[in-house]
Amino acid sequence: MSILLDLFLTFAKIGLFTFGGGYAMIAMIENSCVEQKQWITHDEMMNITVIAESTPGPIAINCATFTGYKKAGFPGALTATFGIITPSFIVIYLISMFLDHFLEMTMIANAFKGIKIAVGILILDAAAAMIKKMQKKKLPGTILVCSCMIMLCVNLFAWNFSSISLMLMAAIVSLTIFILRGSPVRKGGEER
Amino acid sequence: MIYLQLFLGFLKVGCFAFGGAYGAIPLIRDMVMSYGWLSDEMLTYMIAVSESTPGPVMVNLATYIGSNQAGFLGAVIATLAVVLPSFLIILLVTVFLKTALKNKYVQAILRGLKPCVIGIVLATGIHMVFTNCIGSIFAVEFNCNALIITVILIASMLGYKYFRKKKLSPILLIVISALAGVFVYGI
Repeated sequence: MSILLDLFLTFAKIGLFTFGGGYAMIAMIENSCVEQKQWITHDEMMNITVIAESTPGPIAINCATFTGYKKAGFPGALTATFGIITPSFIVIYLISMFLDHFLEMTMIANAFKGIKIAVGILILDAAAAMIKKMQKKKLPGTILVCSCMIMLCVNLFAWNFSSISLMLMAAIVSLTIFILRGSPVRKGGEER
Repeated sequence: MIYLQLFLGFLKVGCFAFGGAYGAIPLIRDMVMSYGWLSDEMLTYMIAVSESTPGPVMVNLATYIGSNQAGFLGAVIATLAVVLPSFLIILLVTVFLKTALKNKYVQAILRGLKPCVIGIVLATGIHMVFTNCIGSIFAVEFNCNALIITVILIASMLGYKYFRKKKLSPILLIVISALAGVFVYGI
């Protein structure tokens, strides 16, 4: 079997069987690409996980692009990335054609009223998990609290202010403080 | 033109989607609201559907919104646009800039971005839970059914964690919430 086809099928399988995305996918990718196919090493896998944390986009896409590139260059990267998004694309496209009809049924509509509440809780839970993993220092803590306050006001008063502008501001603030300070953050010596 | 709007909108989301699946949700919500593509209600439903179907949540949302606004071609364009930035960045990082991410200025920027993303996600979660239960604070209106379901869900999460010693999976929580919705709103 040609390597491109193999890449496509392997990542399509990963895309089809992992729900919710994110870290659930890492175990699956590790299992197929490191253990079974031996396309990349365990160290490379760890490396890409770290890179994925510092780059935008879903970690599954990052892993697919990286593994594809390692095995077969640019065409490989393209094929693996297409592989991982194809199954969910088909599933969601089909759902998008029928969802409105489903919602006309009272029982389904009621179920979704309940689901709506679960989504809020899931998002809160995700935030809690991220806070737990975060470095507990003054500057990140301040940025977190400020951005949360600003976004709450934006939601509450329906201000016209996008979260992307807020992210750019946070990046600029952090960079400015770093440059002004002139040296890397000293251990324990966090003074503004 | 809708195709161009979808492409640019999701390209922007793709560029700033730090912080995993949930980091992208506030960005997508912003965009969808400002263009008036979906109601808040419909978007929340789709977040749940994306969480319960295979694939990354962000990609699933892009496919749905694209298809909803501009059919099959719209779905293709939105999906490709949201994936493109991370695809290119990973290629750049692996091919040319192996040390770019270790650069101290890049690190300084990331140190600012990450807590900001967490703050945004936290605010989105708080906002959603509050509007579900008490509406807007300008027009407080307790929603008893929603409050009951919120209590049921939090109790099942804590209970599961206490007895099974691990986290309740998002899909299971969505199933419980659907059942609770059918019962609480049905009677």
